Amino acid sequence: MFRVWMRNFRVWQKHIQASLIGNLGQPFLFLLAMGYGLGRQIPTIEGLTYLQFIAPGLVASAVMYSAAFEATYGAYTRLSTQGTFEAILMTPVSVESLTMGEILWGATKGLISGLIMLAALPLFDVIPSYWTALLIPILFLEGMFFAALGLVMTATATNYEFFNYFTSLIITPLFLFSGIFFSIDTLNLKARIAVGTLPLTHVVSLARMLCYGKIGGQWQLHMIITVVTCGICCWIAVVLMRRRLIQ
Amino acid sequence: MSGWFMNEAKSTKTTRPIVEVSGLTKHFGDRPVVKGLDFSIFPGESVGLLGPNGAGKTTTIRMLLGLVRPTDGHIKVFDIPLSGHLRRIKQRIGVSPQMDNLDPDLSVLENLLTYASYFGIKRSSARDRAESLLGFFALGNRSGEIIEHLSGGQRRRLLLARALINSPDLLILDEPTVGLDPQARHLIWERLGALRRHGTTMLLTSHYMEEVSSLATRVIIVDQGRIIASGKPASMVRQMVGIEVLEVSDRSDELKRLATGLRSCDVELDMTKNRLFIYVKKWCPELEAIALSHRQVIKRPASLEDLFLKLTGRTLRED
Repeated sequence: MFRVWMRNFRVWQKHIQASLIGNLGQPFLFLLAMGYGLGRQIPTIEGLTYLQFIAPGLVASAVMYSAAFEATYGAYTRLSTQGTFEAILMTPVSVESLTMGEILWGATKGLISGLIMLAALPLFDVIPSYWTALLIPILFLEGMFFAALGLVMTATATNYEFFNYFTSLIITPLFLFSGIFFSIDTLNLKARIAVGTLPLTHVVSLARMLCYGKIGGQWQLHMIITVVTCGICCWIAVVLMRRRLIQ
Repeated sequence: MSGWFMNEAKSTKTTRPIVEVSGLTKHFGDRPVVKGLDFSIFPGESVGLLGPNGAGKTTTIRMLLGLVRPTDGHIKVFDIPLSGHLRRIKQRIGVSPQMDNLDPDLSVLENLLTYASYFGIKRSSARDRAESLLGFFALGNRSGEIIEHLSGGQRRRLLLARALINSPDLLILDEPTVGLDPQARHLIWERLGALRRHGTTMLLTSHYMEEVSSLATRVIIVDQGRIIASGKPASMVRQMVGIEVLEVSDRSDELKRLATGLRSCDVELDMTKNRLFIYVKKWCPELEAIALSHRQVIKRPASLEDLFLKLTGRTLRED
């Protein structure tokens, strides 16, 4: 598992610049445009300026984008054109280890993007609390979830076009409706339930709580949902990758 | 050549086969690809698996590696059942696949080191081993090169070096020289020949009969998922084809006339539109006459290719 991770890490080191800019561009631009641009005309939400309000959620979204991209476009290249997965499966590495190695790698890339976003927040006058240290393992779990979800897509994909659906039907809606940009508490009950079914919502809520050290109720619920969805998604990814790679 | 690329063949009193396959069957959907193969490979043997495209060779190899699940049948490798012990078995197998799956993002040396890591080989010993293998396959001055900059022959040699990184007890080569020019092919044959003489157990598939003749101690010919012949290449050719072949080119009515004149000889005939193949088991006066008198006749030793064509037919096998 670690060896698969290590292989991807070695390759990533070679493309580090392009990879980082590619994955971080979007969250940073949103922070600028929405936080500074739109935020000046918006009153405080839950006692935070709009920029402060959206910053933790954008950290979570950076993790999502990096992990999901790596596990789709990156992993699909290794699966199809490069034949890397097949080469690995000719060695003692099992499909299960390979899949988990890929998930951990996607999570690592996600976490790196998340950490860079976090580290950059003081530039925008957002000062995270000490509680933020606890956010790091949660972001890693989130990365595992989205890497596993990406691998589910990779295991079922027949070409790169397939990932357009994934991006526009899953990732973008999650980005927009998981409570990064608006307060969930003000929604009516039906909308709140709908938003609550989105996996990213819970990470966004946890990120906001920990970032400003205001641990509200329901944090246990958010934690449980994050852990359980991550576990289930990893399991599905392993099953589908086995089906794809062993005929 | 030092022998450490492969593990020394251990001499045991009762030699158990390295590979033992029985009743091996694979259907993809309702399409049968492999239909009940039985064969064994013994230590030190170099077995050539021959067959036209779609005969089931690659599927068979992939089943030995656990990449394709058999529909039916049993596989034992190193005297261990494959199912449930895949990890242990693959630790001791080296594979050079038909499709080039080198890691394009890594350099030549990094490819070998990364592959070694999948076998749990320590980085320091992996480096020593990788450097010797690169030397053996004439890639010593290429270790820092990006894969994209390598020629087809260099890539194939690197695939072979990679297959040997874990000092395997069984080397599986699926079309090791496919698509290479003669120079590149001969260099690889020469190196593989050295490994074979050293007692390396090999399973090899190829379309180049010359390759199989020189590398395999035994051949198994498969067609449409079944074994249709097996044995030592030279004696198979002698028994089933003959000692020599005459190829006569002429009009078909003239060829028919020649053919009837050979009825009393110990020969087999195969006629295409305007060519007559005479497979000679024993010389007779009528043959001598043709060989001497006919304008367009080629005389050559019988080869594995003749056997192959005789068994699998001259028509194309595209479906």
